[in-house]
Amino acid sequence: MSEHRPRIGVVTFPGSLDDRDALRAVALMGGDPVSVWHADRSLGGADAIVLPGGFSYGDYLRTGAIARFAPAMESVAAFAAAGGPVLGICNGFQILCEAGLLPGALIRNRGLAFVCRWITIRVDHGSGAFVRTGELLPVPIKHGEGRFVASEDELRRLEAAGQIAFRYCSPAGEASDDFNPNGSAANIAGVWNEAGNVLGLMPHPEHAIDPDLGPTGGQPILQWLLSVARARVPA
Amino acid sequence: MNFRVVVGVRLKEGLLDPQGKAVESALPSLGWDNVSHVRVGKEIELEIAAPDEAAARTQVTEMAERFLSNPVIETFEILQVAELVTLHGDDKPA
Amino acid sequence: MTGGGGDTPASAPPLHRTLGLTDAEYEAIVSTLGRPPEPPELAMYSVMWSEHCSYKSSKVHLRTLPTEGPQVLVGPGQDAGVVDVGDGMACVFKMESHSHPSAIEPYQGAATGVGGIVRDVLSMGARPAALLDPLRFGSLDDERNRFLFGGVVAGIGGYGNCIGVPTVGGEVKFADCHSANPTVNVMCLGFVPADAVLQSRAGEPGSVLLLIGAATGRDGIGGVSVLASQTLEEDAHESRPSVQIGDPFLEKLLIEACLELKDLEILEGLKDLGGAGLTCAVSEAAAGVRLGADLDLDQVALREPGMESFEILISESQERMLAIVRPQDVDAAQAVCTKWGLTGAPVATFVEGGTLTVRRDGDVIARVPARSLADEGPEYDRPAERPDWLDALQAEDPAAASFPGSIEDAFVSVLGSPNVAGTRWAFEQYDSLVQGQTVVGPGADAAVLRIEGTLRAVAVSSDGNGRYGVLDPYAGAVHAVAEAARNVASVGATPAAITNCLNFGNPERPEVMWQFREAIRGMGDACRAFGTPVTGGNVSFYNESGGSAIYPTPVIGMLGILNDYRLLVRSGFPADGLAVYALGVTRPELGGSEYAEVVLGKVCGRPPAIDLEAEARLHRLLAASSRAHVLASAHDCSDGGIAAALTETAIAGGVGFDVVPARGIGAHLWLFSESASRAIVAPTLGSERAFEELAAAHGVPCERIGTTGGDRLRFRDLFDVSLADAIVVYESAIPRLMSAKRVAV
Repeated sequence: MSEHRPRIGVVTFPGSLDDRDALRAVALMGGDPVSVWHADRSLGGADAIVLPGGFSYGDYLRTGAIARFAPAMESVAAFAAAGGPVLGICNGFQILCEAGLLPGALIRNRGLAFVCRWITIRVDHGSGAFVRTGELLPVPIKHGEGRFVASEDELRRLEAAGQIAFRYCSPAGEASDDFNPNGSAANIAGVWNEAGNVLGLMPHPEHAIDPDLGPTGGQPILQWLLSVARARVPA
Repeated sequence: MNFRVVVGVRLKEGLLDPQGKAVESALPSLGWDNVSHVRVGKEIELEIAAPDEAAARTQVTEMAERFLSNPVIETFEILQVAELVTLHGDDKPA
Repeated sequence: MTGGGGDTPASAPPLHRTLGLTDAEYEAIVSTLGRPPEPPELAMYSVMWSEHCSYKSSKVHLRTLPTEGPQVLVGPGQDAGVVDVGDGMACVFKMESHSHPSAIEPYQGAATGVGGIVRDVLSMGARPAALLDPLRFGSLDDERNRFLFGGVVAGIGGYGNCIGVPTVGGEVKFADCHSANPTVNVMCLGFVPADAVLQSRAGEPGSVLLLIGAATGRDGIGGVSVLASQTLEEDAHESRPSVQIGDPFLEKLLIEACLELKDLEILEGLKDLGGAGLTCAVSEAAAGVRLGADLDLDQVALREPGMESFEILISESQERMLAIVRPQDVDAAQAVCTKWGLTGAPVATFVEGGTLTVRRDGDVIARVPARSLADEGPEYDRPAERPDWLDALQAEDPAAASFPGSIEDAFVSVLGSPNVAGTRWAFEQYDSLVQGQTVVGPGADAAVLRIEGTLRAVAVSSDGNGRYGVLDPYAGAVHAVAEAARNVASVGATPAAITNCLNFGNPERPEVMWQFREAIRGMGDACRAFGTPVTGGNVSFYNESGGSAIYPTPVIGMLGILNDYRLLVRSGFPADGLAVYALGVTRPELGGSEYAEVVLGKVCGRPPAIDLEAEARLHRLLAASSRAHVLASAHDCSDGGIAAALTETAIAGGVGFDVVPARGIGAHLWLFSESASRAIVAPTLGSERAFEELAAAHGVPCERIGTTGGDRLRFRDLFDVSLADAIVVYESAIPRLMSAKRVAV
């Protein structure tokens, strides 16, 4: 039997921007992209969910603060609680934090300016065959509010529990402050939830898929999502 | 009754506030070198219909806890509650 | 004189003059209406007949520009130009200025500039796909200029990033003349199937005009006539209420709603509300189809209480569009608006005849022929006179001055000059990736954007050299078009068409009018020579204060076509051991050069000569070379001459070079001359011979000058510097200047 193309739902909120990019990336990586409207409770039979980048609700009040109350997010929360794979990219990560599906919060870059730049992240705790611990992935960041913060206790807990997924690092893999683009605590670029089925990161893997446009460090991350989605489909 | 409420929201102490730092370092060039500990927050102003001031405060507090502020990174304070006097037809005459 | 009831004191100026209309213009209005205008009508005329909206000082000259061509689908006159780019696709593009608001409130001025040009592209039915921002400021040694530069970049990024349109190119230049008068131009482009372009001329009697988007407030009341038609003086802060505030989130919703309306095929037309707001949009829409319109101000959603009729009519509140739909489609259209959280109110209907009738509270408050407002504004052929200071300025040739000292020091000064140095500080504040079609982003000769669903791409560049313009406005304009074409040619594209922003001083001064006329002449000649018609653009006058005008600065936005984006040629040396060739001829031409300004402290002489045919041959060679797969890199020569071009190429690729300067010309002349029609290329390994033959076949002089490799930049027998040091100079110049006492938060 040929490999099933998993249905990947990409939620569009008012102000989402990289939703079409995420849909395109899912298709390029072999998934079946499904658009989910923020006001709908149905997730369109998705096997996995992507919360894309952008400026949902203009980042008004706080980034992700309004989007987290969308009807679709209730369904996403239930889906995640049942073990469904959820990938939050940039604004998606921010929404997941506001919704309490991921720990910590994202606030304004310490340099105060928006930064769009190709960087390298190190996989500190991978998952499965694709996102492998120790790997270095070239990916772009483009955000003004990407500084990850959490209390000292929470940070200790996350480290101990292996929930730090990615850290900003030098091209050689060193997570020094020089290579911290936004002041994130401990150079944290992405985190897992406790159960390991929800992943949030500030860099944009969907913009690092197409070799014609640049490095392809985003492919492993999309592959993780598709493989976990595939595994959930009954044989 | 109608109340105008002002809620102040600011970053938790201990969190680096780069905006505050930028403001602080710009002040000397404008003539003030006697200023320190600048932090930049925001104010949210709203009008709320409630039976009395205590009810207004309670409701806005809950709003602030659940939505207007993010307790992971921010603290809030109700700065002002003022009753709005309106000239509606159903107000009792003085 | 008694203070009697209702008498106007003899000294008060007539209303029309306060609104910026001349007595003759007022008489023309009276004559058209057959009666004196009512105050709301006068307000409508004052904005529609302002310089910014009516182009009254420029129309007579703009008419001489070439605007037609086999690829042009829509030329000047509609909201944006449209060019057929092949494979059934069209590119919509335009450039606008927002300099005056940016001088007062840089963040919002620049932000709303982005908002406006994006809506112009959207009006033609295209999803806005990319932005470019050519900017000019005064010296960054001045705190005010740092504030303006920082604010403008933050505003362009803040707005563009939030609406999901990548900023992929642009440039920033610095000159003292821009100190109180920054030049902020923004270009936008988008793609649409060639058979689905929405024309601005659409609709019939009974068509309904829906006002979609933001509520109407007092933003920019008089903004157009108050700001753009008068020069900025000391008390400019009083004009602050006239500056508009943008809401990019609302703009994003507007973009999605309008594109959804278009997909449903219920849009007859779409019009953006920009300068002169509702008055302009409705009168232009009606005039475009030779109809009239009944406009009901009671239907307009208002943001402020107690707004007067004229305020509603001329408000420049942002993020508003007019959708023209058939009456039976109004419900469906409103459903789309509701889905996106927008209001969509039927504010007007087209009617037979040509009269725009405006009602408030059921009463007619204005009744004006639409064409009179939109098309029949005054036209002036203002006096033009060559400035008397020009001869002396041109007579002093910087190439005649002896070379003052160390070549290496001169090199470092030029490389580290803000006009030449890297602009990462600015472009990293822009999202250049969203929408996923950016093949080449900021920092290159031209941005390259794929057209989804095809193998095609467009290359786009914005250029304009103000120093050349002040020394010789005709030549300056020719060079601007040539440089823009050379930039798109350098990536392998064929120049196709242009948009433009013409930034000048006060046209009521004969010397400025002369500069403008000469620039138009130059632009026309160059566009005809390159086969790149003008599809639209913008004129920004009155860029001066205290009698001191900016350099005449025509900024050209050039669109080029790449049939296969995989054939694009990048600008950095990609490897060691490649041959380095100089194309074109280097003459001792330092007039208006970066070297002359930075090392000699002078702006003088004549701009480099330019042979349009030789320039066109270079463009054709570069396009042919990309198709023949013979080039590993290509970069054109401009500011800073060959020295800058070679260094930029080395920095872009991370690979050094070893070149031998030409004999028979002074070292500093060879390094820094800004002779036109030149480029630095490196053929792919083994293709040197093939490339030389191609160059000969195209009649382009071509000379091997060295080899790529190593980590040093070696100018044989002159000096050499390490690539690492050059990178520090190039990348740190602007950040260093901007880190000095930031004022903005």
